[in-house]
This record gives sequence, structure tokens and C-alpha cells, in this order.
Amino acid sequence: MSRTGRRWKSRVMVGLLVGCTVLAVLPLLFILGTLLTRGAGSLNLDFFVKTPVPAGESGGGVLHAIVGTLLMVGMACVLGLPIGIGAGIYASEWPGTRLARATRFIADVLNGTPSIVIGVFAWTFIVARQGHFSGFAGSAALAVIMIPMVMRTTEEMVKLVPQSLREAALALGFPRWRTSLKVVLPSCLPGIVTGVLLAVARVSGETAPLLFTALGNDYLRADLRQPLAALPLVVYKYATGPYDDWHRLAWAAALVLILLVLLLSLASRFATRGRFNASR
Amino acid sequence: MQTTGLNAWYGTAPALRDVSVGFAANQVHALIGPSGCGKSTFLRTLNRLHEETPGASAKGGVFLDGEDVYSPKVDLKKLRRQVGMVFQRPTVFPTMSIFENVASGLLVNGRMKGRNLSETVTNALTVAGLWEEVKDRLHGSPLALSGGQQQRLCVARTIAPAPEVVLLDEPTASLDPQGAQRIEELLFRLKQKFTIIIVTHNMQQAARVSDTTSFFFLGELVETGPTRQLFKAPREARTEAYLTGRFG
Repeated sequence: MSRTGRRWKSRVMVGLLVGCTVLAVLPLLFILGTLLTRGAGSLNLDFFVKTPVPAGESGGGVLHAIVGTLLMVGMACVLGLPIGIGAGIYASEWPGTRLARATRFIADVLNGTPSIVIGVFAWTFIVARQGHFSGFAGSAALAVIMIPMVMRTTEEMVKLVPQSLREAALALGFPRWRTSLKVVLPSCLPGIVTGVLLAVARVSGETAPLLFTALGNDYLRADLRQPLAALPLVVYKYATGPYDDWHRLAWAAALVLILLVLLLSLASRFATRGRFNASR
Repeated sequence: MQTTGLNAWYGTAPALRDVSVGFAANQVHALIGPSGCGKSTFLRTLNRLHEETPGASAKGGVFLDGEDVYSPKVDLKKLRRQVGMVFQRPTVFPTMSIFENVASGLLVNGRMKGRNLSETVTNALTVAGLWEEVKDRLHGSPLALSGGQQQRLCVARTIAPAPEVVLLDEPTASLDPQGAQRIEELLFRLKQKFTIIIVTHNMQQAARVSDTTSFFFLGELVETGPTRQLFKAPREARTEAYLTGRFG
């Protein structure tokens, strides 16, 4: 093949790859652009500090949904993070055990399970038994979604810690559990925090598992025992409603959700700086 | 410290066969041999680090002050406090400060505190020849140190709990010539207090720093003798062949 022929072939291939990259980024830019043009106009102080007004009236905000999302995601972290991180450390530090292999397999299956199935599960075991919808049931569903994600990222991060570091600790007389806790875990903490933040970002936007657990609420409540509103639920309700005012609120709420996810992703980048790296 | 009829395996593959050898106090004992000859494995059986590798096992006698290291009664924490180890690559704990690194072995038992602790840390750093270089940044990151400094920090960390035996597994293999030289000089100081056992690829290094040398080949201990004698007039043909570069 001639030299120019090779060059042309190379150009075509690179062009194709660039095209794929652009196509991959385009939807995100399009989503962001649409949300900004449609939602930014409705973003004002009222949006963040007021609760909904009766249908047909204009104005009002989604404070109730912001509070509900924060409460439920917070509770999901309390329930899910210790389990996810603990299981991840176990699966990574004792990788050959049957329990570790089983856990890893189950986590992968759970990771691929549609979130609405997890919502049904939470409905069966919590809502149906208690006889009423609650923010707590929503938290439980979100926690079940978080656990396998956090477990797998923790496992990967712990695996990255060089074996020589573990041996050095063992050679100093550290017992295994202490090696994991005092040497291995701090070394990969930034990576684990990143995984946690990404999991938080993911569940903040989950709608399906909340539909029949937290249900939603038009009033400001800060009680996990009661039905709670959440941002994705507000988007769902207002976007499918008949009023123009609702539609505007839905766009704005969607924008706030995306910004929240963006903020968490940015935060996870900062988290990857270690204790000593920050000063350098 | 000594071993009698020590065998070790990785899974079912034998790595050491019937190794019996004694280590004199306050001497540097070098272990030489080609790659894969079992010298590092042997070193790791002495503080029972070998068995931490999945599937690895060892059988036979390892005695420290007359007590069997492999007896079920032995407390691993205590054993590893008595038999310290320095590795091929510097293994500083990246999330701990320089001070915390040296103190880490002391705090495993959670006994030492305050001035006592900082004195011990200072002493260990001084013996390791690092004090002058780090005294102003004890609470800084160990990652800002050079490779040679990090390795001396690891030596300080190893000797801080006052072990009887110090194992070194090719401690200069990852260092530049200057860093290697400082570690070698350090060995002469260390042997006044500890029994030193060092694995090395470098025959010149063994000849320079050790009092006694053992030659390992294919998992067997071929020959042990005073370093000068072993290098000048080895008893075994295999030792001579290795020393003259005919294999390995």
C-alpha cells in the first residue's frame, strides 16, 4: 500500500473515532442546554424556600422535595455505606473465600437489577407490613441500590493497594484486621469516597424505587416515618401534569437534580486528593 | 536464631528443602543464589510472613532463643516484634507522616506514649542515619523523601520496636548507588545491636557487608561459611560455578 494511501486510511479512522466521541458527548450537552434554557428561568429564591401552591395558582417552590431528597439519601447512606464498604473490604482482602465470591456475584446481579424491582421489594417488606408509605421505605430501597455499587468500587480500590504495603504492616506485627483498617483503608480512602459520591449521585436521581415507597408528599415534612417528597418524584408528577406552571417547575427541578449530580461528581474529584497531596 | 530441616511450599510446589542453618548474634549473614533459589522464601519463613501468601506453607523447625517459632503457642505479633523485616522496595505507609511511620510498629501493642514514644522514634531515626534529614519535617509526608531516604525510614520503622533479628530482602535493589552505599554502611552499625540476615543478588555486596554467607540453589542450602572463605575457596562445586558466573 502506498504512503498516501496509508495516510488517508489513518485520517478516515481518526475521523470516525472523533465522530463517535462527539456523538457520545452530544446528548449530555443537549440535555444540559435544554434544561438551562427551559428551567433556569423558573429558578429563583421562591423555588428553593417555598412549598407548592394549590394547582392552578402560579408560584411556589419545591422546598419539600429538596428536604425529602436530602433526608432519604442521607438515611440511605447511613444504612448502606457501612454495609457496602465493609463487604467491599472483605471481598478484596479475603478474595478467595466462598463468601467473597458469592457476595461478588450477588452484587453484580443486584447492580444490574432494574431499580423498580428493588422498589417492589421495599414495598413488600416495609410498606405492606407497616401499612403505610414512608420516607424510610424509600431510604431502604435507595440503600439496596447503593450497597452493591459501593461494595464493588470499594473492592476495586482496596485491590489497588500494593501487596507490599500489607506485608510491611504484617511484618511489623499488625494483625490482619488492623492492617486493613490502619494501612490499607486510609491508602485508598479517596477512591472509596469517590465511589460513594458517585453512588449518592446515582440514587439522588432514582425515581422508580420511590414511587411506591416514599410515594411523594405535597407538604413540607421532615419525618422519615411519613410519606416524603423527592426531587425526581416532583419532576415526574409536574411533568405529567396538565398545568403550564407545573411544567416550568418540573424543568427547574430537573435542572437542580442535574446540578446536584454535577456538584457531587466535582466533589468526588476533590476527594481524590489525599492528606498530603493537597499541600503540594 | 536457627532452622532445622525447614521445608516450604507454594501450593504443592516445593520452594525449600531441608534447610538447616544457624545465625550468630551481632553478625551480618548474607543469603545469595540465583533468582528463584528460595532465599527470599527462606527469609520469609523466619518471621512467618511466608504463610500469609495464599496457599503457602512451611514445615520444620525455626528457633529463636531456643523457642520454636512454629509452635501453635507462638504469638505472631510478638514474634514479628522480635524479628523485623525490610523489603526490596521502600514500603512507607503513604497516609502516615514520617513520625507515624516509625511509631506504627510501636503502637501495635498500644503501650508507648508521649515522650517515651518520641524518644524511641528519634533514636530509631538516628540509628538509621535519617534524623538530620527529617528532623524538621517529622509530620510531613514520607512520599516527599527520596527512595534511599524512604528505605532508611523503613529501617528506622523496623528497628524502633527493638527486635533481636533484622531481615533484609534485597534492601538496595531498588536504590541508586549512593542510596545503596548508605544502607550498606548502616548495616555495620546495625549489627552491633541486632542479628542481621540479608538476601542479596549482588555478590560484591555480600562480600563487602557480611561475616557469613549461605549459598542457596534450587531450594536447597548448598553451603554456609565465613564470607571470605566461601568466596575464596568454596567447598562445593555448585557454589564455585555460581560465584564464577557459570550459571545464575
